[in-house]
Amino acid sequence: MSFSTWVQMGGYAIFVWPAYGIAAAALGLLAGGTIRRYRMAQRRLAEMTATRRGEDA
Amino acid sequence: MHRFANPARFMRVSQKLLPWLATITVLFLVAGLVLSFLAPPDYQQGESVRIMFVHVPSAWMAMCAYTSLALASAAALIWRHPLAEIAAEETAPLGAVFTGLCLVSGSLWGEPMWGTWWAWDARMTSVLVLFFLYLGYMALLNAFDDPTRGRRAAAILALVGFVNVPIIKYSVDWWNTLHQPASVLRMGGPTIDPSILWPLLVMAVAFTLLFVTLLVIRMRAALIERKIRVLDAAASGALG
Repeated sequence: MSFSTWVQMGGYAIFVWPAYGIAAAALGLLAGGTIRRYRMAQRRLAEMTATRRGEDA
Repeated sequence: MHRFANPARFMRVSQKLLPWLATITVLFLVAGLVLSFLAPPDYQQGESVRIMFVHVPSAWMAMCAYTSLALASAAALIWRHPLAEIAAEETAPLGAVFTGLCLVSGSLWGEPMWGTWWAWDARMTSVLVLFFLYLGYMALLNAFDDPTRGRRAAAILALVGFVNVPIIKYSVDWWNTLHQPASVLRMGGPTIDPSILWPLLVMAVAFTLLFVTLLVIRMRAALIERKIRVLDAAASGALG
């Protein structure tokens, strides 16, 4: 099977690829947003802990 | 159970578990994706059957996430455990995304197979109700000035809404719908050919692992944010 035939998905390409594309985008954004939030929280906590240590010293 | 639901213990255990969980999730997602494109086309639906590998795992996760949400809400209401509260709050957005994905991919599958993007049949309508339940839960959480009241109201909605989960599952048996009857999770075993069943199961495991991994990360983030708020409050108190 050639690449172009495979991409056409037997005539269902306009349904199959958007389904996978939307799934990848939605789950990718969800994962990206989750990781970004986690890193920001970790950074903020590290900053606050460092500030408190500085004040205590 | 309370011993294992300790936030400090959760942070320690999840920190060790997270790299493994993330690695296994990526491996299963890659394997599921490869297998879903290597599977043969269906003899009736042709290549459009590949939408199933996204649609069905999303639908399963939508229901599993809601079951988790209801269980965590029950634990939060009964024992008022902070980890259960956080688990419920962080499950809702994940469940909403999987439900939205199920509705969109179902619509993309419905048009070529049934000739319509949407029909008010029992399965589709009950999944739409599930989506609104997730949105309602998230809206209620933030609808009160007092967060405790918001959490309680949202938890009650989650428990009441759980009645919709068996309705979704059995809607194809109770009513005439466009959807086929259960063909994987049924008495007597699956009716799907193994060449299509295996990619579907691998994708389902991948989506489950993704849900668990993201839930653990979100719960860790929420616990850290709570700690930050406590430190902020302590700092403001010291300044005042």
